[in-house]
Amino acid sequence: MSKAPVLTVDGVPQAVALSPRVHWIGALDPNLRTFDIILKTANGTSYNAYVVRGGEGVAIVDTVKENFSADFFARLESVARYDEIKVIVLNHLEPDHTGALPELMRRAPQACVYISQKAQSMLKALLKQDEFNFTPVITGDQVSLGDRTLEFLHTPYLHWPDTQCTYLVEENILFSGDVFGCHFCDVRLFNDVVGDFRFSFEYYYAHIMRPFKDYVNRALGLIEPLPLNCIFPAHGPLLRDQPQRYVQRYSELSRSALQSEISIGEKTLLIFYISSYGNTRRMAEAIYEGAMSVEHVRVSLYDLEGSEITPFVDLIEGADGLIFGTPTINGDAVKPVWDLLSSLTVVNLKSKLGGVFGSYGWTGEAVQMVEDRLRGLKLRVPIPGIRIKLIPTDEEIQLCREFGQEMSKDLMGLRQSKVIDMADLA
Amino acid sequence: MAKASITFEDINVTVTAPAGTRLIEISEKVGSGITYGCREGDCGTCITKVTEGWNNLAEPSVLEDKVLRENMAGKHNRLACQAQVLGGAIRVKPV
Repeated sequence: MSKAPVLTVDGVPQAVALSPRVHWIGALDPNLRTFDIILKTANGTSYNAYVVRGGEGVAIVDTVKENFSADFFARLESVARYDEIKVIVLNHLEPDHTGALPELMRRAPQACVYISQKAQSMLKALLKQDEFNFTPVITGDQVSLGDRTLEFLHTPYLHWPDTQCTYLVEENILFSGDVFGCHFCDVRLFNDVVGDFRFSFEYYYAHIMRPFKDYVNRALGLIEPLPLNCIFPAHGPLLRDQPQRYVQRYSELSRSALQSEISIGEKTLLIFYISSYGNTRRMAEAIYEGAMSVEHVRVSLYDLEGSEITPFVDLIEGADGLIFGTPTINGDAVKPVWDLLSSLTVVNLKSKLGGVFGSYGWTGEAVQMVEDRLRGLKLRVPIPGIRIKLIPTDEEIQLCREFGQEMSKDLMGLRQSKVIDMADLA
Repeated sequence: MAKASITFEDINVTVTAPAGTRLIEISEKVGSGITYGCREGDCGTCITKVTEGWNNLAEPSVLEDKVLRENMAGKHNRLACQAQVLGGAIRVKPV
């Protein structure tokens, strides 16, 4: 077995040296199985926090979840005094990284807190006070500890608006916050000696960072040019061995998985449906036909009965337009449709085109319900959905064709804008 | 009565409406993607980007300004449930 660093001596938590001037003062939480409701972890997590010692003061980078404060303070006290702390850097304000902050600020009242611009109002809300010593920073801002310098990188939405990374210039160390992190708990701490955490790394990316791929790419634009000896994230293994591999992996994950066959200038429209008696299916086929009549739109038709949800989520992420067909059963859209629509928070849907259709027997509420859900997911829903009572007539099938055609036209920017007087609206 | 012309960019629809109408009243009727919560200027759900005609909306109240700040709203954002049209051309879209 690889040798684990000494984390406690006689039961007292100890800091772990990462370099002569940098120590890990975090905490391990091996019993955690569910994080933030949405994430599973098979062996817990860690809350990583760090001390950086400069010739003219000490910086603390992040803290831990509140109920792990005792470990954090014991480790901190093993390498620094509170009156030496000049700087507290918060890369991310979520409570698992700021739980020990109020007590740390009480013990080191002279310290200045360095946060991103967007973190200011959050920090005030977190501390329930307006007056405290803090400095908002942006990319390129620095704070000096004498012979050590911390430089800030503005990396918003990875995965909150406030998130930032902090670079220790003289040692080429990136304190990355949740970026490059994962929920994986191992007393050996370092990526070259812990158990296999690759699954956890990818799982964390898929659930936490994936909805913000554009922001990941922007952040990589700041991180990739940096010389990197180590990346020290806020959760999971400390990446001291080949940290660039993890940067590279983020870069791969933030592009499309498989090169699609869609050419430049072409748009993609996906139609999903489910049907109990074939009526919603007939509508789907007519919409498909109508949508295909517009040039440069690549249309696909899928029966939700024929697949698991995950591959559809991947397809939806890359599509320009989405149409959902659902019957109304007992006043609601059917469960497979809701299952798909409740699985889309891991992808960015903003400004995609959305539309809804469906057959119904009595009341037909499903179409409006799904339209509202699409708006809630930030899709555009410019064309009112189509509801058809029971079996569609030939005229109604023609309406479906026209609906599909209008959807495709909208994707290609071919629809005329509409001008309405408010008085004419119902 | 003065009329304003409000374009909802997400659905490419322009509505002419009397001065004093709130954005929420119009956008709901035409199915724009602006979503709503409390409808009372409190929750921040209906934050909307004004892309043109900022000055053709009534000034935000102190309370609206406070809610916008608390929700880290960007420049030229308004609460659709509070913003009243005055006249002229206005273009908006969901944030």
